[in-house]
Amino acid sequence: MPIRFRQTHLSRPAFAAAATAAMVSVVAAAGLTAGPAAAQDKPAEFKIGITTYSSGSASVFGVPARQAAEMLAEQLNARGGLEGVPVKLHFIDEGAGLETLLTEYRRLVEDVGVDVMFASISSGVCNKIAPLAEDLEALNLMWDCGTQRILEDDDYHYVFRTQANATPEMLAPLAYLLKEKPDFKTIAVVNQDYAFGRDSWELFSTALKTQRPDVEVVAELFPAFGAADFSAEVSRLQALKPDVILTTSWGGDLDTFVRQAEQRGLFEQSTFVLGLGESSLQRLGDTLPEGVIIAARGDHYFQHPERRDDPDFIKFNEDFKAKSGEYPIYSVYHMAQAFAALEAVYKKAMAANGGTWPDQEQIIAAMDGLEYQGFGRPLSIREDGQAIEAQLVGTTAKSDAYPFKILKNIAVYDGAELMAPLGEESLDWIAAFGPEKLALTGDRYDTE
Amino acid sequence: MSMNFAALALLDGVAYAALLFLVAVGLTLIFGVLGILNIAHGSLYAIGAYVTATAGQWLVDQGYNPWLTFPLLIVAAVAVGVILGGSIEKLLLARIYSKEPILQLLVTFAVFMILENLQRMIWGVQPYFMSTPLTLLGNVSVLGINYTIYQVLFLPLAAIAVLVSLRYFLRHTSMGAQILAVTEDREAATAIGINATRVYLMTFVIGASFAALGGALATPTTSLVTGMGANMIVLSFAVAATAGLGQIEGAAISALMIGIARSFAVYLSPELEVITPYLIMVLVLLVRPSGLFGRETVRKI
Repeated sequence: MPIRFRQTHLSRPAFAAAATAAMVSVVAAAGLTAGPAAAQDKPAEFKIGITTYSSGSASVFGVPARQAAEMLAEQLNARGGLEGVPVKLHFIDEGAGLETLLTEYRRLVEDVGVDVMFASISSGVCNKIAPLAEDLEALNLMWDCGTQRILEDDDYHYVFRTQANATPEMLAPLAYLLKEKPDFKTIAVVNQDYAFGRDSWELFSTALKTQRPDVEVVAELFPAFGAADFSAEVSRLQALKPDVILTTSWGGDLDTFVRQAEQRGLFEQSTFVLGLGESSLQRLGDTLPEGVIIAARGDHYFQHPERRDDPDFIKFNEDFKAKSGEYPIYSVYHMAQAFAALEAVYKKAMAANGGTWPDQEQIIAAMDGLEYQGFGRPLSIREDGQAIEAQLVGTTAKSDAYPFKILKNIAVYDGAELMAPLGEESLDWIAAFGPEKLALTGDRYDTE
Repeated sequence: MSMNFAALALLDGVAYAALLFLVAVGLTLIFGVLGILNIAHGSLYAIGAYVTATAGQWLVDQGYNPWLTFPLLIVAAVAVGVILGGSIEKLLLARIYSKEPILQLLVTFAVFMILENLQRMIWGVQPYFMSTPLTLLGNVSVLGINYTIYQVLFLPLAAIAVLVSLRYFLRHTSMGAQILAVTEDREAATAIGINATRVYLMTFVIGASFAALGGALATPTTSLVTGMGANMIVLSFAVAATAGLGQIEGAAISALMIGIARSFAVYLSPELEVITPYLIMVLVLLVRPSGLFGRETVRKI
């Protein structure tokens, strides 16, 4: 509803508050110039601002991530905090609209004085947040942003990304598909009609053309974001009979599409590739058939084959299950990676600073080449602020232990080989692929 | 495929139109009689769906006969319409009929926001589903394409049943005649002894029940997510406005137009699918500003 109010007058209490704040800052400024610089003292509290969806369709990612953040902060404080400083979280709802979000972001940085921001989920939001963080000189860890463009198109001093981006997240399922179904001749795509739906298909299809120029794209369908019905799409796909159907949809859209396609037998006819399927495995339960290719926006899976015997991994998953009722999905692991990067960078910067609390520039300097460990393979931050993250892809199979499908024939791909090299733009880099560029096997687990 | 695609698109379009009509008819009925554009209609749709899913899941889990989920669709819709719709009318709307339309719009908008949050508090943000009725009816193959019987037969039949019984109710029953009389002229109707307050309540409850029925019938085909009410109110407003607000049979026609055009778009020009409903609305309103069937008279039904 485009109903808006414009406030033209400061109300009396607001005016009084503003006047008081102005007076206080004058007094404070006078006090500071008189005393010695005290910047390197440990603060009494470390404030983390987090943007995540608490409302709207993307809260399927946002709410579990928020629960994870609360749990991680609690555990961090129980361990003594961030280098001895207790952390406190301040959340902003991304679903409240871009304008509100940017105002709140500014408020957290300028008025609350947060030490670091974790933002955001939506690529559209991230595109606006990155320049704002730069303006405000606020350290910002992009903890879940998909779009590869942000750090490729612009140089940022204060903005880092603690996970991969859409480029490896699309190339990994494509490499897996090329290996598993080498003979497919036709493909159709059904993506949500918004930035990520369009961009992810552009990455995937550009790469597909370099590897298999003979494959015909028989339909490119972009139903409305949040559509409740895909019947017409399912009918058309049944008529077209493509060998492969790709979708990078998520949340309710993906669940509905899978359910409607399954009810009408589309899975028996085509091989499905679900780019974000890992996040729907538990909800879809028995509805999701076997033999569906599932990717996870990183190497995220609660049964990660390289991590599933590690006590810290098992404990994290069980703790999260106890708190939320579900096993973690990728957004939970992305949040954990942001926390892991934060802990690692403060440790590194403290050490470099002779054991005293680092200032913001020292933190930023320590981000370059930072190595940290989430709940997948170890990650590292590149010179441009972009993390290198491994990718996990698998195929659905029946499980005796869980009431939903698990992954078999899992491939874990090294992140660096799927990421555009430093200074290159993904689409240009992909367009120049040699014919065997994606002939990758990855490290395989649970093969039959 | 080019030979048969029109038939396929028609089937999908009719199924989609049936759901659209059910929601839009309640919106248009309430506007026609009460003169209120009820934004909270979208919430009634969503809550109808959630209540159906919860109760249906419970029935199945308890081991009751799964066919009971069919009567449940209606029971849940009426329960939501009477309890929630009834209290919205009695507690809020009844106090503001004499106020300006913009205020009435804001009040229903506020109710919508409250109900959206309430819905999130009760059912959370993870998508819900309950597809038992759809699974029970099975599939039918048309021109080599599998359709669910629920979508291509049951939904259109339900929509026709609603349309026919609503027509009969309004034209051939005493209560219907009273509703029409109040719509024509509230003061005159009150003067001849019609209880207009009761007529307003009845109409709102019926309209709200249709919204909830739309949600209940949609449940087996889709995932219930936060924000589904907002999507539906926008779409059903497009249907009602295309027909002319207050036009019941018109809503059926414009729902069909929009539903069928949308599914044709999937075949012919997928890029246009998203904007088809609004494109149709704009084109119709450019030529006929009060909608396809709208009239510049006092009588709205």
